[in-house]
Amino acid sequence: MVNILIQMFSYPFLVRAVIVGLLVSLCAALLGVSLVLKRYSMIGDGLSHVGFGTLAIATAMNVAPLTISIPVCVMAAFLLLRISENSKIKGDAAIAIISTSSLAIGVVAISMTTGMNTDVCNYLFGSILSMSHADVKLSVTLSILVLGMFILLYNKVFAVTFDENFAKATGIKTDIYNMLIAFLTAITIVLGMRMMGALLISSLIIFPALTSMRFCKQFKTVTICSAIISIICFFLGVVGSYVYATPTGASVVIVNIGAFVLFWFGNLVRMKVNGVKSINGIEKRGIK
Amino acid sequence: MSLLICKDASFAYEGHTVISDLNFSVNSGDYLCIVGENGSGKSTLIKGLLRLKVPQRGSILMDEGLKSNEIGYLPQQTIVQKDFPASVYEVILSGRLSKMGIRPFYSKLDKTIAEENLVLLGIEHLRNKCYRELSGGQQQRVLLARALCATQKLLILDEPVAGLDPIVTQDLYKQIFKINREMGIAIIMVSHDVHSAVKYADLILHLKGQQIFFGKTSDYVKSSVGYGFLGGE
Repeated sequence: MVNILIQMFSYPFLVRAVIVGLLVSLCAALLGVSLVLKRYSMIGDGLSHVGFGTLAIATAMNVAPLTISIPVCVMAAFLLLRISENSKIKGDAAIAIISTSSLAIGVVAISMTTGMNTDVCNYLFGSILSMSHADVKLSVTLSILVLGMFILLYNKVFAVTFDENFAKATGIKTDIYNMLIAFLTAITIVLGMRMMGALLISSLIIFPALTSMRFCKQFKTVTICSAIISIICFFLGVVGSYVYATPTGASVVIVNIGAFVLFWFGNLVRMKVNGVKSINGIEKRGIK
Repeated sequence: MSLLICKDASFAYEGHTVISDLNFSVNSGDYLCIVGENGSGKSTLIKGLLRLKVPQRGSILMDEGLKSNEIGYLPQQTIVQKDFPASVYEVILSGRLSKMGIRPFYSKLDKTIAEENLVLLGIEHLRNKCYRELSGGQQQRVLLARALCATQKLLILDEPVAGLDPIVTQDLYKQIFKINREMGIAIIMVSHDVHSAVKYADLILHLKGQQIFFGKTSDYVKSSVGYGFLGGE
């Protein structure tokens, strides 16, 4: 095991990929708790598709991918947030339209320039070779930003996530916090997308939060656990992908699925032992 | 002393007036129930009182001593909360948020007040329980404790007993009545349950697109509006 790790980290590109990946999974897990609880999981998915479109266009125009992807994704994040908040438009349908449109635009842009080659596959499913020194710097900056925000604004994020109406009524500017979360999510997705793949990146946001919600009963522990679970799963995924020569993004997702099933099953067993009938109280009371 | 005065206020959505000509006032220590059928503008008025919606015409004046971060609010429950992983203590403490300003963490005073409200509502044994595992009545008590953390003057409740069984409903009404009488906190409650409204409230505001009754409960029961709405008992 130690030999494998030493061997792995003798490749500079792998070291970069692991640093960026760990930081991105940390940020994604923290943001994910709020997004999943607010029923905004699909925003993450929509954003990754928008990211794919911008990446393809940036390649076609021969400019640095992040210079286009970040601003466009941030704008898309604000748009998606607005759509989700506006009950008149069906939020999920609008997100589906935006994500499929950007996917289509991206595919056309690629086929008109380089043709449908391995690049497309790399964009969709990720490539471990794609992390540059600039990415490392950006992801370190981003993770400091997200961590700092989470610690300083933790109580406000909790209030805005748990009960937006109450928070608004007591004079908290909930829109600002929602936009901040959307903004940071967009950047996290763009950063992680090239390694994890446009189709797989949203799993980093959703899985750790869902997994930790299986067994945690406090918001604080949910947040901390999902950060830890996310980091461990990413690391195991990367090592696994190195050992078995499987694609990194998919391997990380599979480890995440494993963790989810494990905790879900563990919780089920614990419930049986304790004689509690329901997992989260919904079944117990019925939805009123 | 008036806490809140509503003067000729009207509210509209996209130019379409939902409720108009509101004229009423609430003094400190009053217990006001807002009744009316669905779509009569009750929720809109609550938004106005909470300053989440600006009146189309007229005004809602707050007394100088009452700031908007001093109103306790008990909103209707959302789907998000039904399976939210948070402890009772975390939820109650979040009621202190409006007092924090830019301070990032809770002070000792915030925590003391949260503990006091836990005891006040008789839910200290639920302190570390998960919010989603509580019964409907317990959840409402938790949210009531949170609202109390935010105020010492005025509590606004939006249908607090929706979906609760009759026994729990009566318990909650009694608790709210106790808060009003013993702590002197003014109550503004939206309610569908007009019989309980006349039982506990001092004042009744009846809405139907506009204000069709405002006054003492004893007068409301005798009035033609109240007589009709109470089912002619």
